[in-house]
Amino acid sequence: MSLLVVKDLCKRFGGLQAVDNVSFAVASGSIKALIGPNGAGKTTLFNLIFGALLPDSGQVWFDGKQTDGWKPHQVAAAGMARTFQHIRLFPKMSALDNIAVGRHVHSRAGFLASMLGLPWTRREQRAVREKALEIMRFLGVEELADGEATSLAYGQQRIVELGRALACEPKLLLLDEPAAGLNMRETSEMAKLIARIRDTGVTVLLVEHDMTLVMNISDEVLVLSYGEKIADDKPLAIQKHPEVIKVYLGEDDA
Amino acid sequence: MGRRRNLPIVALAMAVIAVQLLTAAAGKPQYLTQLTMAGYYSLVIVGLTLLMGYTGQISLGHAGFFAIGGYTSGLLTTYNLHPLIGQIPVSILQACGLLVSGKDLYGADLLVVRPWAACVVALLVTIGIAYLVGKPVLKLKGHYLAMATLGFGTIVYKVVLGSSLVGAADGISDIPAFPLFAGLVVTGKSALRAQNYYVAWGLVLGAMALLTNLIRSRVGRALRAIHGAEDAANAMGVDTGRYKLQMFVLSAALAALGGVFLTHYNGGIGPSEASVMKSVRYVAIVAVGGMANLWGALFMGVLLNFLSLRGSFGSYDDAVFGLILLAIMLFAPDGLLRAEFARRLPGLRRGQKAAP
Repeated sequence: MSLLVVKDLCKRFGGLQAVDNVSFAVASGSIKALIGPNGAGKTTLFNLIFGALLPDSGQVWFDGKQTDGWKPHQVAAAGMARTFQHIRLFPKMSALDNIAVGRHVHSRAGFLASMLGLPWTRREQRAVREKALEIMRFLGVEELADGEATSLAYGQQRIVELGRALACEPKLLLLDEPAAGLNMRETSEMAKLIARIRDTGVTVLLVEHDMTLVMNISDEVLVLSYGEKIADDKPLAIQKHPEVIKVYLGEDDA
Repeated sequence: MGRRRNLPIVALAMAVIAVQLLTAAAGKPQYLTQLTMAGYYSLVIVGLTLLMGYTGQISLGHAGFFAIGGYTSGLLTTYNLHPLIGQIPVSILQACGLLVSGKDLYGADLLVVRPWAACVVALLVTIGIAYLVGKPVLKLKGHYLAMATLGFGTIVYKVVLGSSLVGAADGISDIPAFPLFAGLVVTGKSALRAQNYYVAWGLVLGAMALLTNLIRSRVGRALRAIHGAEDAANAMGVDTGRYKLQMFVLSAALAALGGVFLTHYNGGIGPSEASVMKSVRYVAIVAVGGMANLWGALFMGVLLNFLSLRGSFGSYDDAVFGLILLAIMLFAPDGLLRAEFARRLPGLRRGQKAAP
């Protein structure tokens, strides 16, 4: 069964066709990787799926609902979470508070109840804090809870951002270059972590340039070039795909 | 835990009482007048601190909301409906007990709206205007938002300055006292000075209790997230547009509440309350108080407004606030108290944590 279905999605920026008639599906419980050279339209596709950009045409179906045209907070409430290519943690807030923001869709205290400090809002606050700590323990970073998130080491910031997305308890997790800027050891730990997250029942769609990571953990790989889909297959088949090799290694003109 | 959360509020209440006792003991009860007025201005400042410091949305139009509150209540409680007696809308208002009759200075019959009703209408009008202004304007960011709110403030100023209904350049005077409940009356009569000081600071205490709860809550965290990275907050499920608008309306309502009470306390209101310099002053105080520092803003607000109202800055009043804003932006864009705190806090925090 497909958790996410993208149909004939198009997005143009001025003279650039950033996403050109792309269709694909992500099976529930799987890891799908989205690869392609720089400027292939991967992040644009992410933003279209998440509602940060409106498509010119085409459809996005998530968990049985047509979600194109929705705002990001509506998509988040429906059970999708994401990380960003350039880390977007909240400055001047602790790592724990950053992750606690991820609990927003699972809590409900509004302005009035919060101002009055009603007992149930305090219980809710404690539950949010506990869940955030539980996630930090799962990620093995609970000792960072009180540190200011944006002052942490780069690799730790990546983990905290991932924790913030996990706090949404998403059905589908979108990871935009989760290993960017990480060293080899950190990258292999990140790969293990993503596989562990998938094992808890979360479906993952990721953009990544690190081919070792992509080929090791993905169930399927989608290749984009100049906004067009050129391949969508199992990792082994992708590695032998002539179009993909051409895109990545260049054509032999000589 | 609940008790510890309320500690700052209790400390503020004790400070309020201590100040009153000190002024009485020192034989300087006249200070209470400026402290009362500073208290009402503080309502604008604490609301603006949440909007600017926590949510990251600047407003150069909050004097406008203060003035809308004050002018609406002032107009309704002075506009004589006596010649209109017998007309259906007036009869309905009379039947609902929303009007009160009296005599003016020259013994002529007066029929005006009851202060309670006027206060409620003033708050509702402000909330409505804040909603209508905030909805399109809060889609803007940074300089653009500053300019748009400045435009709103300028409109309010020019409207009250130009319309004879609200006294044009003279403003509204002879605004009646505002009887609250249990014998409490908002009035500038010197015999009721201490009582009015406690009314003003009771409101400030109430606002501080509500707002300190808010910043520690799920909503407060979402507001800070909007300040830090709006797109990421939106991706985490925060309806950023709605939260910004709710915070804008809440801060406008607090400004209007201050405006209503100060207008009845002073017995009048003039266009200078709506001027852009007043808005700049509020922003300067939030900045010098530490931006995202509710207590710092309250402290600086009381201190600077008190000095200003006592005439300590002479004819350089507005210039002083302009200079403060300039200096803060140059040397401590995160706010004065915050910069100072940040250097000292690590040690203090560690000390606190060591205790069980």
